[in-house]
Amino acid sequence: MTFTRRNFLKSTAVAGVAGSVGFPHIWIKDSGAAWAANGEIKVGVLFSLTGTTAVVEKSMHNATMMAIDEINAAGGINGMKLTAIVEDPASDPATFADKANKLVLNDKCVSVFGSYTSASRKAVLPVFEKRKNLYWYPTLYEGRECSKNVMYTGAVPNQQQKEFIPWLVKNFGKKFYLIGSNYIYPKEENNVCKILLKELGGEVVGEEYVPLGHSEFGSVLNKFRETKPDVIFSTVVGDSVIALHKQYKAAGFSPDRMPMASLTTSEVEIAAMGGEYAAGHFTSAPYFMGHQSKENEVFVENYRKRFGKDSVTHFVSEAAYFQMHLFRKAVETIGKGDITPIAVRDATAGLEIMAPQGKVKVDGDNLHCYLWPKIGQAQTDGQFKVIQQSSDWVKPEPYWAYPGQSCTKDGLKGA
Amino acid sequence: MDIFFGQLFTGLSIASILLLVALGLAIIYGAMGVINLAHGEFVMLGAYGTWFLQSQFGLPLIPCLLLVFLMVAAAGWVVESTVVRFLYHRPLDTILATWGIGIMLQQAVRLSAGAELRYVQTPEFLSGSIDIAGVGIPSYRLFILALSAALLALTWFVIQRTEFGMKLRAVTQNREMASCYGIDSARIYSLTFAFGSGLAGLAGALVAPIKSVAPDMGTNFVVDAFMVVVVGGVGSLIGTVVSSGLLGSGTAGIAFLLNDTLAKALVFLAVVVLVRFRPQGLFVDQRRR
Repeated sequence: MTFTRRNFLKSTAVAGVAGSVGFPHIWIKDSGAAWAANGEIKVGVLFSLTGTTAVVEKSMHNATMMAIDEINAAGGINGMKLTAIVEDPASDPATFADKANKLVLNDKCVSVFGSYTSASRKAVLPVFEKRKNLYWYPTLYEGRECSKNVMYTGAVPNQQQKEFIPWLVKNFGKKFYLIGSNYIYPKEENNVCKILLKELGGEVVGEEYVPLGHSEFGSVLNKFRETKPDVIFSTVVGDSVIALHKQYKAAGFSPDRMPMASLTTSEVEIAAMGGEYAAGHFTSAPYFMGHQSKENEVFVENYRKRFGKDSVTHFVSEAAYFQMHLFRKAVETIGKGDITPIAVRDATAGLEIMAPQGKVKVDGDNLHCYLWPKIGQAQTDGQFKVIQQSSDWVKPEPYWAYPGQSCTKDGLKGA
Repeated sequence: MDIFFGQLFTGLSIASILLLVALGLAIIYGAMGVINLAHGEFVMLGAYGTWFLQSQFGLPLIPCLLLVFLMVAAAGWVVESTVVRFLYHRPLDTILATWGIGIMLQQAVRLSAGAELRYVQTPEFLSGSIDIAGVGIPSYRLFILALSAALLALTWFVIQRTEFGMKLRAVTQNREMASCYGIDSARIYSLTFAFGSGLAGLAGALVAPIKSVAPDMGTNFVVDAFMVVVVGGVGSLIGTVVSSGLLGSGTAGIAFLLNDTLAKALVFLAVVVLVRFRPQGLFVDQRRR
């Protein structure tokens, strides 16, 4: 084909059209358009309603919707109603990223509330950082993250273990067996546990990771018999929790002498395994359904009234609930100003609110929350008895196990 | 020493569970040459059936077993007569079709019974442990061991000593010739598929009290079951028994000395090596084809 002016103009036109059709984000502006208009504030709700993690995420979705309805029933925020745009990412991290894109770009949500697994959070992170939007993550996780576009309302390892490990050593002994599922969360938690144990003169008699979903614990139980730990520090998740508890009891072990201490076994897992298998074991979490406080009574009563008298609340659904109210309070303080995700983030930094677990505060530097870790012992009726409550809220330190690194207002320092 | 006995028993226990799950598959694959990837979901259906009977009607575990066997066998019959029947000459399509059925069953259970983990109760008299040689052996695992031996005996009896079994062996050897002799091979195949699925459901019912009941529990089982059948040799009951014993004890032993993740990986590796050098499995069913 000869290089004529006609051919040149034709191919340029075709390339231009193809390019803009193939890369539509050229047309979409990054900022400028208002997120709150026509008397409504759009928020995205991104919890899996189908798929493997739907069990837990549905309860978080429920708690979020309940909070949104409470806010709207009280007149909204400064007269503007919250409009929830619900998406179901079906427990698949790639779909999480897809739906997050849609909520941020197409629906223009001023914030998105979602995620249970770290995999899904990591998948959506690039979307929120690139588009300068705000993601509210209510789940306990392994720390080591310092994004300026995520509000972390779940516990990090230093909050969950700082009082738990010393209490266990004092009450049961110094020999720990660490058993977890084979991925990053248990490994980071065990990291923190080992550091704490070393300070206390404790000993790790075994450390083991089983595949996700593993349900055959015969060999592991035999190793308990052989190494005789005082405490079994368990970070297995999902189906493995139920299988481990059931087989532990059937093998004749007793939580009076060799209890299982975990960070993830909640009221939901106890309901799935039956109270008699869970009874006597310990969990550390900022919230238990049986926590005695006026705010919690109201929260549980409303939750049960709406979702069934047999439904249970647990630490992740409580965080999903209070984070929505944190959002409300932040937007209220913005008042007549521009409601943008960054403005919401800056308004939330340092904010305090009365949550069902107690008063929580958002740390202005790392965007995590000051929480009240509690030690609960599972009872046969499926509830936890709170054995010990921390005397003061605990500051979140997502890089506690990595001295020299810290998450500051300007990002990660010392990495 | 008692740790050794404890680990030995754990190996036996794992082997017995493997045998339970693989028995149905061995029959279906051995007799019919059908690769049923929905086998794990039949196990799952058995577990859910038990949960359903327990929570709705309050039936204890033992009566549930027979009912669950019949229920899942009926489900297997339906699957065979609607889908598998038309794909006997097309093994690759059977794989695809049964995989699809497996996914549909999983999602159907998830949509109807919910995705929460469910709870099946161990019978009271079986929930303790018995002291043997100084080791506390869980009574329920002994029960599973006993029952898997009983089911193995029952299956052997059905195949070797009943008329149905004889017809099945005839159809397996040569379907066309057996039909010429007046055997209704289509009916035999349906009954066999139903029997194999019923065994899978029974396995699910027995395993449910010590593990957890979730919609996706079947996937792990079907992989293990296929490994057992392939290593043991297609069409050989003894092969299934020996290979589940080997794989079970092997997994338990390596898991004790190292850990469970490595155990799974090493066992898989061993199976791959074995199949490379002896693709027909350990015990070959001598047959003139």
